Amino acid sequence: MKLARLLRLGRARSDAELGEEIDGHLRMAIEERVARGELRADAEANARREFGNVGHVQEVAREMSGTLWLERLAQDVRFGFRMLRRAPGFSFVAIICLTLGIGANAIVGGWIEGILFRPFPGVANQNRLVHVAGTAKGEPGYTDLSFPDFSDLQRESTLFDAFIVSKIIGTTLSAGDRAERATGLMVSPNYFEALGVRPVLGRGFAPDEGTGWNAHPVTVISYREWQDRFHGDPGIIGKTQRYNGVTHVIVGVAPAAFIGTFVGYSMQFYVPTSMQAAFDPTGYKLEDRRARWIEGFALLKPGVTLEQAQAEISSTATRLASDYPDQDRGRGVRLLPLWRGTFDGAQNLMPTLRIGLAIALFVLLIACANVANLLLVRSFVRRHEITVRLSLGAGRLRLMRQLFTEALLLSAVATVCAALLAYWLRNALTLFFPSQGGVVYTFRGDFDWRVCVLSAVIGIMSVVVFAAVPALHSSRADLSAALKSDSRSASGQRDRSRLRASLVVFQVALSFVLLVAAGLVLRSLQRISSANPGFSRDRVLTTSVNLFAAGYDSTRAKAFDDRLLQSIRSIGGVDTFALARSLPFSTRPYDSGPIAVDGFVPKADEQPSASYNSVSPGYFATMGIELVSGRDFTSGDDETSEPVAIVGETMVAQFWRGENPVGKRLQIGGRWRRIVGVAKNVRFESLLDAPKPLLYLPLRQNFSAQGAIFIRTRQAPDALSRSLARRIRALDPRIAPYEVITLGEQMRRATSPQRVAVTLLAMFGVLAMLLAGIGMYGTMAYSVSQRRRELGLRTALGAAPSMLLRLVLSQGLRLTAMGIALGAVAALASTRMITYMLYQVSPRDPRAFVAALVVMLLAALLACLAPAWRAARTAPVTALR
Amino acid sequence: MPRKQAGSSRIELLQGTLDMLILQTLAWGPRYGFGIAQMIRAGSRNALQVDTGSLYPALHRLERQGAIEADWGVSENNQRVRIYRLTASGRRRLAAERSKWQQLADAIAGVMAPPAESDA
Repeated sequence: MKLARLLRLGRARSDAELGEEIDGHLRMAIEERVARGELRADAEANARREFGNVGHVQEVAREMSGTLWLERLAQDVRFGFRMLRRAPGFSFVAIICLTLGIGANAIVGGWIEGILFRPFPGVANQNRLVHVAGTAKGEPGYTDLSFPDFSDLQRESTLFDAFIVSKIIGTTLSAGDRAERATGLMVSPNYFEALGVRPVLGRGFAPDEGTGWNAHPVTVISYREWQDRFHGDPGIIGKTQRYNGVTHVIVGVAPAAFIGTFVGYSMQFYVPTSMQAAFDPTGYKLEDRRARWIEGFALLKPGVTLEQAQAEISSTATRLASDYPDQDRGRGVRLLPLWRGTFDGAQNLMPTLRIGLAIALFVLLIACANVANLLLVRSFVRRHEITVRLSLGAGRLRLMRQLFTEALLLSAVATVCAALLAYWLRNALTLFFPSQGGVVYTFRGDFDWRVCVLSAVIGIMSVVVFAAVPALHSSRADLSAALKSDSRSASGQRDRSRLRASLVVFQVALSFVLLVAAGLVLRSLQRISSANPGFSRDRVLTTSVNLFAAGYDSTRAKAFDDRLLQSIRSIGGVDTFALARSLPFSTRPYDSGPIAVDGFVPKADEQPSASYNSVSPGYFATMGIELVSGRDFTSGDDETSEPVAIVGETMVAQFWRGENPVGKRLQIGGRWRRIVGVAKNVRFESLLDAPKPLLYLPLRQNFSAQGAIFIRTRQAPDALSRSLARRIRALDPRIAPYEVITLGEQMRRATSPQRVAVTLLAMFGVLAMLLAGIGMYGTMAYSVSQRRRELGLRTALGAAPSMLLRLVLSQGLRLTAMGIALGAVAALASTRMITYMLYQVSPRDPRAFVAALVVMLLAALLACLAPAWRAARTAPVTALR
Repeated sequence: MPRKQAGSSRIELLQGTLDMLILQTLAWGPRYGFGIAQMIRAGSRNALQVDTGSLYPALHRLERQGAIEADWGVSENNQRVRIYRLTASGRRRLAAERSKWQQLADAIAGVMAPPAESDA
């Protein structure tokens, strides 16, 4: 508005100057004529005639002064809108295609923004927030940190505003007569302040509430918890809530927008680090430098780079390692940007997001090819208009600008639609992760200004991609040829149809690659669902029981376990059963720790370690894990007898060079144990990785009050679930039994990222195929309509309809075949990129290629059928028209 | 020259020549629009009637290109007029256009010259 007025003002001034100049010129011309002896009236008329059209002069001059472009643009836009309205079908299809292409990118962009880059809603300064993770020499990946180390880092660092503990914890809450699981965070007292989160009610934590042995039982609850459990009670502050048997005083309510700092979860409550022992069955750890359990963040000071911060923290870590050689030898600390967070759900989704981005780009390219195709047809339909404009003197540049303006309009409308689509689908990922067992999964996309800018940039770039070729083509129109009324002979048409054909080939190729990828991932998922993890997956039911969260100490828990096992024995149809601390393929990792092995000398700076599970007698039989030598644990392996262990085969190869280790000793958790058996390898974290070193301890010798029940049965999960829940409730109504599922289902849930990838690939693969099909249909239908006369002639000369049908079909299939060949080459070259998602499927799996081929051919046939049918029915009389 | 090309650059061609003429006129000293038109007409012994509809756009274009500059001043008849003056860049351009023109003129003259006697 303001700009326009300013421009008009500027123009008014130069107009006035120009006017004055021209007036002056006229006056001088008249005076000269008068001086030469003409009558004044004649002189005026002649001078004016000689001067020509004043208005025209002004316009040309004005154009030169450069203020006209905006006016032109407005004119182009107006005209563009008119053209688009005049061809609603074309505009609609083009906008739909572009919306899908741009939308796919905007959606994935929003997911990446919300999950990787700005993962914590309601948190200020996310750009300065980094993960703090530990490293250990000889151990890949990252570890947690100990509380004393974390405190030392905080004290000795100068480039940081804050070090923030944020450790995920779980508990059981009573809800009337039932129990319910809840997820929360154990945080340092500076948590809310450092994150810029102001409680809507009450306060955050006070600085002294971070330390002491269960010294400060206070809690801040989430807004949602306040609303759901306490019905928004305004007098909530000062009321209490029992977590793990300890009564906590509610001191604050977090704001609604804030859901915590653990990607994937909505937190229900927050407690200070001083309450660590209440939430950790393995005891008090705030003064133990060996106990690594802290996960957290650091807030960099403004202007400090990650490298500077890392340099400082590395030197502090080195000092710690030399100050405390017994605890910190070989240990380091790494700062990681938020998107590389190692502890939360973001890492699980990385492969999915990466694939999503690749797919989105594919869809965009296919959509652009489609629209380019449509524009080519359209430019042919408009050839008359364009040639008339050219011959009336429109500049080629101006004409191209007009075509680009129209393309920009299309893309602008599509971008707006895409943005709406992306906003609407920003949380769609969460649909793949249904909340289960009291855990609220949240994977929210963030549709912020950065995603908007991204969408706009993609929209503009797509214009360049899809509009450049048609625009160049149109403006090259041959005037003399095109102005003839029958322009079927117009040169350039051949060019154009070749161009359109190559666009179709391109689309088919891209779709083919997507279909192959979808096929590969689908086959991989099939393999996974029938893969052998080393234990039986179908006949074993499992559920978790967290006695610790229900406030049990280990003496009471042991008694409860005994009663529970008794009780399970009485359920009909149960073969064997067992208890264990850890559940394979669960979100909670197995315990792991440093080990020492008799007769094995590690390299300097290397600390051998292994994961371990504590299991009750009968575990191996229940799980179907074969013992290759030695014996199972018995009820005799208890607190009073010799500490024993069973090792997995991986460890035998690693530490005993394949010799039978039964009878030998190893040390874990500071205790020497005698090895009594060797178990076959199992996979317990991921099917895709190699088996990791794993050993088993008797549950009684390394007791845990939270664990899982395993039952080998012929019963269906539902039936058993009910009788099990009844029995647990009869023993103690305050314990929340989790769902009873098969181990197979447990594994299936652990493969959510793969399933998301499959869904995305399949969805977009089909979408791409559809787009390519539309492109193919358009091209064939158009080519048939152009060849009507020729086809009519053929009919007149006696060609059978079936021959015409074949003629058109073969043309379409030739394009498809070329596309598939091209796509196959591209797929062979590029499917390696998803190898990391594939389980026992080669990225060049021939079956995936064949399947994609069949699907693509069918789609192409379908797309060509209608045009071919129309061709076959061409009446001979058409040839005469 | 192909017709197509000629159609699209007809104005361009005229402007090219006109530009050169304007620059040459201004090379003899600063002048206002009417004076320039007068001089071209007089210089060509009335053969070249400068189309005023092209003169002012050309002046403005040359001004924007920096070949000439303009100031408001007063004519000998006490009229307020815009007086145009050649800049250094305009002088260079004039030299370049003159040599181009010379080549073209020589080339055309060569083609149009009557054939030599020996060929007749």
